[in-house]
Amino acid sequence: MEIAEFKTLVQDRIGEAVVIGVDENATPKALLIAPGYIKDVCLYLRDNDQSYFDMLSCLTAIDNGPEVNTMEVVYNLYSIPLEQSLMLKVTLDREKPEIDSMTELWKTADWHEREAYDLFGIQFVGHPDLRRILMPGDWQGHPMRKDYVEPEEYRGMKTIREEEDPS
Amino acid sequence: MSQAIEYKYRPENLNESAPNKYTEADLTREEMIINIGPQHPSTHGVLRLEVVTDGEIVVDVVPHMGYLHRCFEKHTESVPFNQGLPFVDRMDYVAAMNSEHAFVMGAERMLGIENDIPKRVEYIRVLVAELNRIASHFVAIGTYGLDIGAFTPFLWVMRDREHILRMLEWISGARMLYNYIWVGGLFYDLPVGFEEKCMEFISYLKPKLKELDDVLINNKIFVERTANVGVLPRNLAISYGATGPVLRGSGLKYDLRRVDGYSVYPELDFDIPVGTGAMGQVGDCWDRTFVRVQEVKESVKIIEQSLEQLTKAHKRTKDFDPRAAVPKKIRPKAQDFYVRAENPKGELGFFFRTDGRSDIPVRCKARACSFSNLSVLADITRGHMIADLVAIIGSIDIVMGEVDR
Repeated sequence: MEIAEFKTLVQDRIGEAVVIGVDENATPKALLIAPGYIKDVCLYLRDNDQSYFDMLSCLTAIDNGPEVNTMEVVYNLYSIPLEQSLMLKVTLDREKPEIDSMTELWKTADWHEREAYDLFGIQFVGHPDLRRILMPGDWQGHPMRKDYVEPEEYRGMKTIREEEDPS
Repeated sequence: MSQAIEYKYRPENLNESAPNKYTEADLTREEMIINIGPQHPSTHGVLRLEVVTDGEIVVDVVPHMGYLHRCFEKHTESVPFNQGLPFVDRMDYVAAMNSEHAFVMGAERMLGIENDIPKRVEYIRVLVAELNRIASHFVAIGTYGLDIGAFTPFLWVMRDREHILRMLEWISGARMLYNYIWVGGLFYDLPVGFEEKCMEFISYLKPKLKELDDVLINNKIFVERTANVGVLPRNLAISYGATGPVLRGSGLKYDLRRVDGYSVYPELDFDIPVGTGAMGQVGDCWDRTFVRVQEVKESVKIIEQSLEQLTKAHKRTKDFDPRAAVPKKIRPKAQDFYVRAENPKGELGFFFRTDGRSDIPVRCKARACSFSNLSVLADITRGHMIADLVAIIGSIDIVMGEVDR
């Protein structure tokens, strides 16, 4: 299916306002989805016979920095029987990044969302077990944010080298 | 020179830095929490498993990882593509060539130079990637045998893997972390005489694979330990995003080398082995291991065909420069790009965002195959014995370097 067909498919079912735009430049081509509707859109795209996206290949979080003041969550969907792929992009407010969890739709989302929460601080509403996954449980802050400052020490261990490296 | 590390020991430190998911209040009277790892041979690296057990029956498993987290994604946000490549090697360190191939394909497609790559370069890439695939599967099969008590196959496959590592060292100068496949080409052409040596190795390897079948795969003790253990239904595997031998073991013929047909794979003749439940049910531990052994045989076929091409149609010539298409500056135009390739362990994907103004990606996310494959662990382990838990972890074939990145 072409990207325009996906767009009308989603708009016909859920509403005109759902798709904010289309990114033809992306590979695979992307639909920009309004934040509140992402779960409905994904559920419809997964269960529809024409799209049938049975696999969530990748879930990426992106921080656009404090100047732009937005964050993005990118979903890469793939349909094994129909051999087609689609990218969905959602832009979130950086002050309070919140989005519905996809755990009920694809179990892949469980760990990928935990990772996005851990490194970016995005809250996934409805996630059953939103804990840190890569960083220690008592780590302060979310390291992949653009304005993250590395702490000087962790549990009494210095994280910054005081002397210059002799090499 | 070195500074003294002041580590203040307090008993509650571990509970704060790596807290358990379950507390005593969550357990019934019969249940207890057993901690396996992070330093344990059967967890294949620094993986900590919080196991809730009822006697010897596993009630739930909670994997805790991050012990090998080396900030791949943070690093790639500060270095250009060609300097990010060595970090890619260090993700899945037993299959570095395959990971490099995926990353490099992504950069080339973003630049739009993927059709400028000479055929000889593509065949060399496929050749080294398949050699590395065999080496990676050998580690998986060998250590899996070791996990469940078969020592001999481990020594045999490690001996054969060493031949591959030596050949790859001859090509690139490094045993495991190669940095050989470059954006737009290769580090060097194959060394003179490599094709013959590789052919020799293949004819040496073929009877050894037959031996491996006899000593491990069809061994009665091995079958008893793995058949009907850790059955992964196909739908669950897809929902978890499990790929590679884990998904194919569940009976789905899904291989990106065929589905996407990248590089020169469409020109090569090979089969995609799937699990059939020959010894138990479809998707059990035996099926996953069986698929790996069959894939080694398919890789041997691919290597033979690549060598045929490299010695005939795309022969070595004096003026051949594998770096001819290497761009001076890797600066793709602003775009979002998702690229994926079939690694020995499954689908390795990279999500790139570039801004068109610098050589450095704004964001580079690695979709690691081991990461998604490991997430099925809890669902297929519940109700099994603790000894089977070890068998299941080994059959998933994880590399912690890739899980934690």
